[in-house]
Amino acid sequence: MKRRSLLTVLGMSPFSAGMMAREVPDPQREAIRARYFPDVVLHTHEGKKVRLYRDLIQDKIVMINFMYAHCDGVCPGITANLVKVQRLLGDRVGRDIFMYSLSLKPEQDTPKVLKEYAQMHGVRRGWTFLTGHPKDVELLRRKLGARNLDPVLDADTSQHTGIIRYGNEPMRWWAACAGLSRPSWIVESVSWVDWPQNRVKPG
Amino acid sequence: MNQHERRIWSAAKNRRELISAGLSSRRDLAKLGLLTAAGFLVPKDGLSARSPKDHGTGGGQPVSAPTRSFIEPLPIMPVKQPVASLNPAPTVNPNTGAGEGRTRAHQALTLFPPRKLYQVTQQPAQISLSPDLPLQSMWSFDGMVPGPTYVARYGEPILVRNVNNLPNNNGGFGNNSVTTHLHNNHTPSESDGFPCDFFQSGQFYDQHYPCALAGFTDPQFQATQGDPREALSTLWYHDHRVDFTSQNVYKGLAGFFLLFNNQDTGDETTGFRLPSGQFDVPLVFNDKLFDQNGQLFFDLFNTDGILGDKFLVNGKIQPFFQVHPRRYRFRLLSGGPSRWYQFFLTDPTNLSKTIPFWQISNDGNLLPKPIQVTSTELAIAERMDVIVDFSQFTPGTSVFLENRLEQTDGRGPTGNVLAAGQGTSVLRFDIVLPPVADNSKDPATIAKFYDLPPVTPNQARVTRTFQFERGNGMWQINGQFMDCNTSRFQVQQNTSEVWILQNSSGGWMHPIHIHFEEHQIVSRNGQPPQLFERSRKDVVELHHNDQVMLFFRFRDFLGRHPMHCHNLVHEDHSMMLRWDIAPTGDTNPNP
Repeated sequence: MKRRSLLTVLGMSPFSAGMMAREVPDPQREAIRARYFPDVVLHTHEGKKVRLYRDLIQDKIVMINFMYAHCDGVCPGITANLVKVQRLLGDRVGRDIFMYSLSLKPEQDTPKVLKEYAQMHGVRRGWTFLTGHPKDVELLRRKLGARNLDPVLDADTSQHTGIIRYGNEPMRWWAACAGLSRPSWIVESVSWVDWPQNRVKPG
Repeated sequence: MNQHERRIWSAAKNRRELISAGLSSRRDLAKLGLLTAAGFLVPKDGLSARSPKDHGTGGGQPVSAPTRSFIEPLPIMPVKQPVASLNPAPTVNPNTGAGEGRTRAHQALTLFPPRKLYQVTQQPAQISLSPDLPLQSMWSFDGMVPGPTYVARYGEPILVRNVNNLPNNNGGFGNNSVTTHLHNNHTPSESDGFPCDFFQSGQFYDQHYPCALAGFTDPQFQATQGDPREALSTLWYHDHRVDFTSQNVYKGLAGFFLLFNNQDTGDETTGFRLPSGQFDVPLVFNDKLFDQNGQLFFDLFNTDGILGDKFLVNGKIQPFFQVHPRRYRFRLLSGGPSRWYQFFLTDPTNLSKTIPFWQISNDGNLLPKPIQVTSTELAIAERMDVIVDFSQFTPGTSVFLENRLEQTDGRGPTGNVLAAGQGTSVLRFDIVLPPVADNSKDPATIAKFYDLPPVTPNQARVTRTFQFERGNGMWQINGQFMDCNTSRFQVQQNTSEVWILQNSSGGWMHPIHIHFEEHQIVSRNGQPPQLFERSRKDVVELHHNDQVMLFFRFRDFLGRHPMHCHNLVHEDHSMMLRWDIAPTGDTNPNP
């Protein structure tokens, strides 16, 4: 398939933040925001204070996964995959595609710990590790569909979800893929929510 | 008014509406278990103001607004009509220059030149699901939900041109690149609707359906152009866009495809003499949720399975169907996204009465002979054809088609079969039309449809085992995830294989669909299958910890196909794999 290679060279978002701010709010975007993206305050691995929706999701193509620094289950494999994904996506990451890894152990994962984790894995610009108030992190875990119907598994953080949510906020395109998929498949999946003019036709 | 009060108010309003509409007397509702002694609607799925369930999503599921039941007639989808020609004319190779999204050449277009041509358009449409709800912005085939019904015949190859006119604006969910799977015809891969063969808005895609019996390349079936025992009857088509199937199907992209031959003729005076014409009625069941504005709600971040609190038949919430006192053939289809059904006929005036009917197919394939049953179960995508004889009922009365299988979340049914009247009546049959001729044959006197093709597992070229699991919230098969670019194994063309499917996912159930040829169940947990499962099938129900052994033949065509869970939400979360039919196969036992 040729789609994936093109993502690395294709262009800009037509939705600059300035443009969107002047538009009439779209009710379906608003509904998705209200249901899934509480605008809680989070802290980045670079020590910045950010709002989930306004600063991280709005107007962007995003990938969101859950992790914690001392996780020795699925996290190492998923982080290694995402390092490759970031390289395959090139300079689009940080421009109109943003990667987020949200810590499920916010008490342990201070911004400093997450920064060390990011540096250790060679994480580049545009991929942000996030921590926050435990209450907010738990809210996000539920809102983003990362809980388990089985209460025993749900209480066991080592069993946390390995899914990567990907989406295009202004286009209201949302789906998910497994974080342990091949990196090229993750990149291809994200291409399906790329801006309409960048969608590659088969053939 | 606090939330509790609002719920009570809304239940009372719901009840008032039901009763004032004169649909059911207060007594009838009480009998059906829909009213409590206090006169509130019982908080249960379908008609209720049940309390919002919070499966830990934080926001809880919305509770749909009240809708009246049994006030609109059952819609019958129109038969899709062919066109005289297509412009540009279909080509063997993809007509990329003209805007075709197909990527591979037709394998059999010249071998089976189409006798009929169709053009269908995927387009947005405003659809009424209930007079108590606003029009819905849905995605449709030709402006209707469900889409039109194709009526095809063996020996009459057809070609369907899909034209994608869907907008980028998805109204909140859905992906406007699409691929239509014909579930489960004997179709070459490039026309089958493989999940990654999606095409974009503004493009078209020609799908060639040979309508040929499996085994047509086998010299022993030369005279009959395939194995007559492999004849299929009730099929359906639906969007299969990888990662977005649940959204696109929920949004409306599905319909029926019926296949007839010289025995299942579509004429009740000939062949098997099954009820035909207006007495042959496809019924697709869906459950849906609506938001506070009465618009379709789809839970985008749900990975478990999505249950609705409104029950639709042929695209209407709980319709009624006026019938003549005679036999009807109903083609039942569980259309998803995630609900399993067990249907009974319920007499509202006598809930303890057992009403038998005849099951004549499993997955739309005629059984060796009709089986008398008192209920039939359908997992997502399964089709069961049944014959109901309404001449047994007193004229002027009604019976309900009631789903009594309890299911409370995406894991699958609880195993509890609710008491009569405690389930959800999805459709009311009113025996109010005058007597008419019934030339169909009494199923009790039908000795045989088709014999089953032989099952010879000892001659299988390879036995493969597949574990269906969930780990760290990720659905997987043999520990791996969907990837269209990775073929997990190669089946050798024109050979047979045994596949062992194991459900290792704890408390979850999965209906597993394997594209291409139908299989037969050799054994379920070491036991021979029950009578109704002694059939050719394309969906196999994996209950808790099940181990099911299947026997397959893979004949005639080459190319890629998927195997996947047909809980559409599991399917969209990687519980799928690609396999290929190739000139040379591998023997990987755990691919």
